[in-house]
Amino acid sequence: MIPGIERVSPTVLELSDVSKRYGDLLVLEAVSLSVDAGARHALIGPNGAGKSTLFHVITGTERVTRGRIVFGGKVITTLQEHRRTQLGLGRTFQQTSLFDGLSVIANVELAVQQRSGLAHRLFPSSRGRTRVNERARELLELVGLEPREAILAGALSHGERRQLDVAVSLATNPTLVLMDEPTAGMSRDEAMSFLSMIASLPASLTILMVEHDMDVVFELATWISVLDAGKLIADGTPEAIRGSREVQDAYLGEGEHIAKLFGPV
Amino acid sequence: MRALAPGRAARLVQLALVALLAMAPLLLGDFRLFLLTEILIFGLFAASLDLLVGYTGLLSLGHAAYLGVGSYATALIAIHLTDNVFAGIAAAVLSSGVVAAATGWLAVRTRGVYFLMLTLAFAQLLFTLAITWDSLTHGANGLPTPKPTLGPGDGGGALDGGTAFYYYALVAFLIGFGLLRAIVASPFGRTLVGIRENEARMRSLGYGVARYRLAVFCIAGAVAGFAGSLTVQHSNYMSPSGISFEVSTLALIAVIIGGRATLVGAVLGSAFVFIIRDELSSAFNEHWRLVLGVVFIGVVYLLPRGLSGLPARTGLLSRRIQTTAGGSA
Repeated sequence: MIPGIERVSPTVLELSDVSKRYGDLLVLEAVSLSVDAGARHALIGPNGAGKSTLFHVITGTERVTRGRIVFGGKVITTLQEHRRTQLGLGRTFQQTSLFDGLSVIANVELAVQQRSGLAHRLFPSSRGRTRVNERARELLELVGLEPREAILAGALSHGERRQLDVAVSLATNPTLVLMDEPTAGMSRDEAMSFLSMIASLPASLTILMVEHDMDVVFELATWISVLDAGKLIADGTPEAIRGSREVQDAYLGEGEHIAKLFGPV
Repeated sequence: MRALAPGRAARLVQLALVALLAMAPLLLGDFRLFLLTEILIFGLFAASLDLLVGYTGLLSLGHAAYLGVGSYATALIAIHLTDNVFAGIAAAVLSSGVVAAATGWLAVRTRGVYFLMLTLAFAQLLFTLAITWDSLTHGANGLPTPKPTLGPGDGGGALDGGTAFYYYALVAFLIGFGLLRAIVASPFGRTLVGIRENEARMRSLGYGVARYRLAVFCIAGAVAGFAGSLTVQHSNYMSPSGISFEVSTLALIAVIIGGRATLVGAVLGSAFVFIIRDELSSAFNEHWRLVLGVVFIGVVYLLPRGLSGLPARTGLLSRRIQTTAGGSA
């Protein structure tokens, strides 16, 4: 579809020396990070470490102060947000961001029609419309929301909103999805069924997620990067991260996380 | 009633309404028919505003600018070139679309109150231009225009008399209104609603939002210009008051009283506004605006979804309400 994107590259996303400054505050300091194709890559770190800011500069809602971002072989450092989406960079939101006044299926269709080039059409073929509707149904089935397709998105439960958020994001045909705390606010059961849904997604899809729940992180992640005070302090496999001295230090004082991180070992 | 599917019932109601409109000259006197013609034309204008306000969430306070550009274009063509209606309409749609593109290019980059102020400013600018550009517009004296004709060249097939013009306006209205209906039902129309509901998410879905805002601004402006053309052809006169702040606000009031994002509500609202004006101006003289204001406040408080939300309110469509309520429970 888009030239350059099919290039077989083990690295989907690469940040080089990325810094972000708000006035005197240096929120990200020379972060270099790569995300491998097909990875379930988790980004963890104490509150205020700069995880959300890092997400923002990757998705394009914020610009980097310094550094370079390469996605799918293209430099996207200064590209507008919607252009990055068109290149295959999807995201879900920490506060689910949906079209509350529209039905569940209409939410997904809005995303599908953009991708299939129908969004500006005044008089589309009925075949085009059917295709959009069928694709939207497929995606709802994938996240397990098919029975709820006619309900208004604003009437869904918290967990269902998360599922719909994922379906809407996948509708943009991303090669990489950024998920910002996807299980936040979910009950245990909801989180577990959400995880199995994520696990069932095609292996070719790369996921980069910010997550606070260490159970979720160690259940899902194939790679973990740890951010603290705007710096990348550790980057490795879950086993390596578990044993890292620096990570333990960064989390000191956040007893709850420590217990979760290192307790069950 | 129960046997009818909701879609079919709606279609029957629509057919009945169109049939009623087609028979109106038999049922109404000259004065009422003149008023109905005015309502249809203004209703089309208000419906084009609903495309911005109701569907896209762009609150414009200066939509009369594009109506006015269309009116002046038609008036000038009729005076200087030809009184053929199609030439007048083509000039109106083209010029108002171009002016909407030029002003919209700046306006769609702003949000909320800034968009409101900018559209108001553009309209006031054009209003002032219309008053001061004496050689073109004859200033506040206005431009009397010849009666429009349907046939080619001057004088052929004159739209003489209220009934002939009414049918002409009705067909024009149905074409314009049908176009607006098709737009809001299209994928493009859904995109507009998406922008209204959650602009940030639209961007993250890959939508270049500014482009769509500009497109809808131009379409709404062009349809307003179409209505402006009909306005002049109906009244055979154009003056700066046709572009005034009051025209913009009356259209906005019509959209809100009728019910946003319904299109038909804009026409209902226009009927309401015009009937209040004509029925009450004899009783209250210049104070009819006061009465309209009070009614407006009442409607906003009692009917948040406007007149077109009234059937649901009174339980005629109670089934639909139950499904909505059941969903949120």
